Amino acid sequence: MVLTRLLEERLGDLHKAGKTRGPIHRCDGQEAVGVGAAAVLTDADFITTTHRGHAVYIGKGLEPRRIVAEIFGRQTGYCGGRGGHMLLGDVEHGMLGGNAIVGASIPAAAGMALSIQLRREDRISVAVFGDGAAQTGICHETMNIAALWKLPVVFLLEHNEYGLTVHHSVQSSVPDLHLRAAGYGMPGEQIDGNDVIAVHQAVSRAAQRARRGDGPSLIEARTYRLEGFSTSDMGGYQTPEELAAWRRRDPIPQSREILAETLGATRVADVEAAAAREIEAAFETALADPMPAFVPHAPSVPYTARGEGA
Amino acid sequence: MAMMRYAEALNRALREEMARDQTVFVFGEDIASYGGVFKVTQGLAEAFGDRVRDTPISEQTLTAMAVTAAMTGTRPVLEIMYADFLPLSLDALVNQASIYNYIWNGQVTMPFVLRTQGGGGVGTGAQHAKSLDSMVAHIPGLRVLAPVTPADARALLKAAIRDPHPVVFLEHKLLYNTRGEVPDDDTLGEIGRARIARAGRDVSIFATSRMVLEAEKAAAELDAAGISAEVVDLRSLRPLDLDAITASVGRTHHAVVVNEDWRFCGYAAELSATIMEHAFDDLDAPVERVATLDMPIPYAETLEREVIPDAARIAAAARRALA
Repeated sequence: MVLTRLLEERLGDLHKAGKTRGPIHRCDGQEAVGVGAAAVLTDADFITTTHRGHAVYIGKGLEPRRIVAEIFGRQTGYCGGRGGHMLLGDVEHGMLGGNAIVGASIPAAAGMALSIQLRREDRISVAVFGDGAAQTGICHETMNIAALWKLPVVFLLEHNEYGLTVHHSVQSSVPDLHLRAAGYGMPGEQIDGNDVIAVHQAVSRAAQRARRGDGPSLIEARTYRLEGFSTSDMGGYQTPEELAAWRRRDPIPQSREILAETLGATRVADVEAAAAREIEAAFETALADPMPAFVPHAPSVPYTARGEGA
Repeated sequence: MAMMRYAEALNRALREEMARDQTVFVFGEDIASYGGVFKVTQGLAEAFGDRVRDTPISEQTLTAMAVTAAMTGTRPVLEIMYADFLPLSLDALVNQASIYNYIWNGQVTMPFVLRTQGGGGVGTGAQHAKSLDSMVAHIPGLRVLAPVTPADARALLKAAIRDPHPVVFLEHKLLYNTRGEVPDDDTLGEIGRARIARAGRDVSIFATSRMVLEAEKAAAELDAAGISAEVVDLRSLRPLDLDAITASVGRTHHAVVVNEDWRFCGYAAELSATIMEHAFDDLDAPVERVATLDMPIPYAETLEREVIPDAARIAAAARRALA
């Protein structure tokens, strides 16, 4: 979580300095959801996430150095600079994609679960998606099919209150989205998404159910985006009172307090200092890495290669 | 060789590939217990169990699921009942299936086949009679195949299932009951290779799917008038067999392009531009374009006949090219 927060803050600084390319969607305040959920999974399990996926990338075990390299379009990035910060994927860690089409991470995870089921493999998939994505047609279609076929998938709704600038009360007549699970005949629960232990426990329960072959679950993790929708966000739709209230519930100080009680403050400070050094080194190395050379994509070429045709 | 219907040839391809490879599975609406509304998947559920699945009516999600199933170790063959429903699948094709091999730097392949059927001629109306070829052939990263003979239907479907990239496989509702010889051996079609359906000297007619049959009728009519027309069945809309096109134009110096999609911004427009760009020096006359009239497909037979291309319109276009 600290790694993710430091990554986000450094990206914010570099954006202000005009050194980033394209929008960056920071997840400050939401780290507990992606990190807590990914901690339940092994490399064999799949996870899909949104355009705001940095906590999932870090949580699934990807190296900060190669994440930063991808965000800055470097050859050494996870996708050689072809994907960018929203569309990063890494097969080795089962991190099968940030997805910048809102709602698309939901059927994506279900398709992987179908593949797992057909091959009778011992793994699961997790779909991370937001309250905005919960209003799409594919969300409904996917939940219906996944429950019908008892697919080994966990639906993790990362509810951060806003779809871009639009509050959830303007997007759905039902404030508690986990209630929808009943309509698909699967369990649904609402949890504090800023409590990383609660996230871990809920995802563990849902993962066990999926591994047993009992099908999907819906977890609504309530959280809040402390920064803008993206680096292009002009703000103005979140009230200062609302922001202050959620800042008091920031997942990182909450976790720090709990860990200090069990591990001692010194140990926690050491871990945080190590995280800071790792992020510092990640940016330093990645930003010195080479830019990729352009290579055309052969399968996209519209004509049969010369000599292969008639 | 065995004589069989186009639908039977497709069924045979699916059966053979499912028997050969346990990771191939087939899903779609009404395809399992009923065997598909065009009976292409008949008997597969009995033979292959849960690898053949009836689905809810959820084209958007089914297509998106096929994409990620394909990138994680299976070979999905999804049936979308009518090409008119392809717009529902489009996000998964444009924003998902076609991009990952490239943007993830080769980490994944996408052995996914979307089978669908389009075309008019039998009064199915404006929402069940379209050909949306250009909509899918436009997308970099996809392959688009449109076989017209039963032999090619079997051979190209087998090749599509084994291909590592996403394939949109376009069938035609008026082809399912057509019959032809199909080889008994395990022939795989070659993606990106056209076929000379009829050799000729005076004019080349480049056609796709059922329009190849209309072009052959037109060629017979022209032959009776002393005009020798060559009919080229393109078979693979993307990648397109450019060498076959330029070679044919080099022989005849006149070109007619025929496709059942709409004319404006349609697949025939791409063929015409391709010929202009790559064979202009060989042309003795402008390329003639035959396509569906730019309007919704009407229901009544007398009206529908005015809109969909046929042999008479193709023959007239060939005469204009030679005039």
